[in-house]
Amino acid sequence: MRNLKAVLKRELRGYFESPVAYVFIIIFLLATAGCTFFISRFFDARVASLDPFFVWHPWLYLFLVPAVGMRLWSEERKSGTIELLFTLPITLIEAIAGKFLAAWAFIGIALVLTFPMVLTVGYLGSPDYGIIFTSYLGSFLLAGAYLAVTCLFSAMSKNQVISFVLSVVACFAMVMLGVGVFTDFLNGFLPVRISEAISAFSFFTHFQSFQRGLLDSRAIIYFVSMIGFMLTANAIVLEMKKAE
Amino acid sequence: MIAVESLAKSFGSIRAVDGISFTVGKGEILGFLGPNGAGKSTTMKMITTFLPPTSGTAKVADFDIWENPLEVRARIGYLPESAPSYKDMNVYDFLMFTAEVRGYDGEERKNRVMRMLETCNLKEVAWQLIDTLSKGYRQRVGFAQALLHDPEYLVLDEPTDGLDPNQKQEVRALIRRMGREKCIILSTHILEEVEAVCSRAIIIGNGRIVADGTPEALRSRSVLHGAVTLELTGEGIKDALADLQKIEGVARVEELKNDDLPAKAAVAEGEEAAGSAKNGKSSLRVRLFPKKGVAIAHEAAKFVHERKWEVDAFTLEKGDLNEVFYNLTRGGEKA
Repeated sequence: MRNLKAVLKRELRGYFESPVAYVFIIIFLLATAGCTFFISRFFDARVASLDPFFVWHPWLYLFLVPAVGMRLWSEERKSGTIELLFTLPITLIEAIAGKFLAAWAFIGIALVLTFPMVLTVGYLGSPDYGIIFTSYLGSFLLAGAYLAVTCLFSAMSKNQVISFVLSVVACFAMVMLGVGVFTDFLNGFLPVRISEAISAFSFFTHFQSFQRGLLDSRAIIYFVSMIGFMLTANAIVLEMKKAE
Repeated sequence: MIAVESLAKSFGSIRAVDGISFTVGKGEILGFLGPNGAGKSTTMKMITTFLPPTSGTAKVADFDIWENPLEVRARIGYLPESAPSYKDMNVYDFLMFTAEVRGYDGEERKNRVMRMLETCNLKEVAWQLIDTLSKGYRQRVGFAQALLHDPEYLVLDEPTDGLDPNQKQEVRALIRRMGREKCIILSTHILEEVEAVCSRAIIIGNGRIVADGTPEALRSRSVLHGAVTLELTGEGIKDALADLQKIEGVARVEELKNDDLPAKAAVAEGEEAAGSAKNGKSSLRVRLFPKKGVAIAHEAAKFVHERKWEVDAFTLEKGDLNEVFYNLTRGGEKA
């Protein structure tokens, strides 16, 4: 586990030692605030709720999380450092978990920096802090699921741009499975039972339960096992592809 | 000891390494020779557990690469080809990272890194991003990373690649020094490096071992080995060619034109053409090839002395590793 920590520290430092981290955080904060205030018209709604803030997260993460995670393995494979990493006494699990947790922690830091939103809504009214808490938790888990998908696609290509595009497409698909338009479309030719089963796999539906203030164990288990599944696939892809 | 047992690796239908077996002991410096794509790097990647072999195995200090890859990795210092390192880190942080992964912490970790900065002459660039360093420095960073835990086993893939001649000498001296108490495998396609550094050489061609022995033993497989090269001046020297055939033990005599000469002889010769008139006499450059296993230097010297030719040069050839290499890896190819 000490090696997991070593990998994690190295990756996390890597983010903050390049301008990418600051660019990302600023864009994330501007985008969330911009969507909340200008598109969702937070002030006009006159409701002490952060719903208009969280509702944008699945869509903003769609581009921002792959941007954070795309380099994790692509860069490692492109520059040949993967050969160094996997001839050091580090296990595959330690390396994958270390990298994933570093990027997740980085997104977590960006998420924490949205705290002025909470202050604003608290100053203007008396919001339900329980819902705000579960929404933050849901948002963080959602970001983790996006990131795990990105890790998988990052391992597939040496080219960061390809990793990014594939990740965005895959994440988009995982969100759309649960979005009304798509489920209605499925209902058109599939039995409801099957279309419901499909949308039960969506990031979107599980994220929504957090937004309702529920600490739903099924949703938590869903996100954690989704992350576990994607990272396992990541390990298999790495074993297959590391030689190339 | 590193023991490699019928190691093989296929990439799709390409057989990159085709059943290689050898053992290297402590105090040995084994040179891996072979043309590009012969399977040198692939073999090293398998020994260092980066690539799983298609079949066969290797043991490092009795730890099997299949069963105990982490133990193997802990004991090996590995310098991969072109010395990859994290370019977004500075040299110090990078070495601190490898030291941490190698299990050092606190003062010990710092001390080891400082010692490596010293050994590899990296002190002046310790705080620079690896990205901004020249090829030579990066190579040294790779070296520092490989030596940090003072491993018993070193696997070096083209360790002097990208270094200038002085740095090459330094690195070779370093390898020779370490070779006394370590077990080293290095790959190279620079033949003089093998002669300068290695106690043993293995030539690989098409994924197989085509020769295994000391550099001297390999050189003795050269056609040139034991041949005598003469530069003669004298009256009627043109007829000497047939005359020289009579020397006992000589299998064949060959006249050397200027463009046949090895580079160093050609330089010594200057612009002067062989066979040109010199003070009314003409000169001749010939090479006498011995019959197998016969030493002819003595006889040749006596013979030339009896004929009263002036000897401008008399060289006993040791054999040319380049030629052996060429014949084993190209000339000997059936396909």
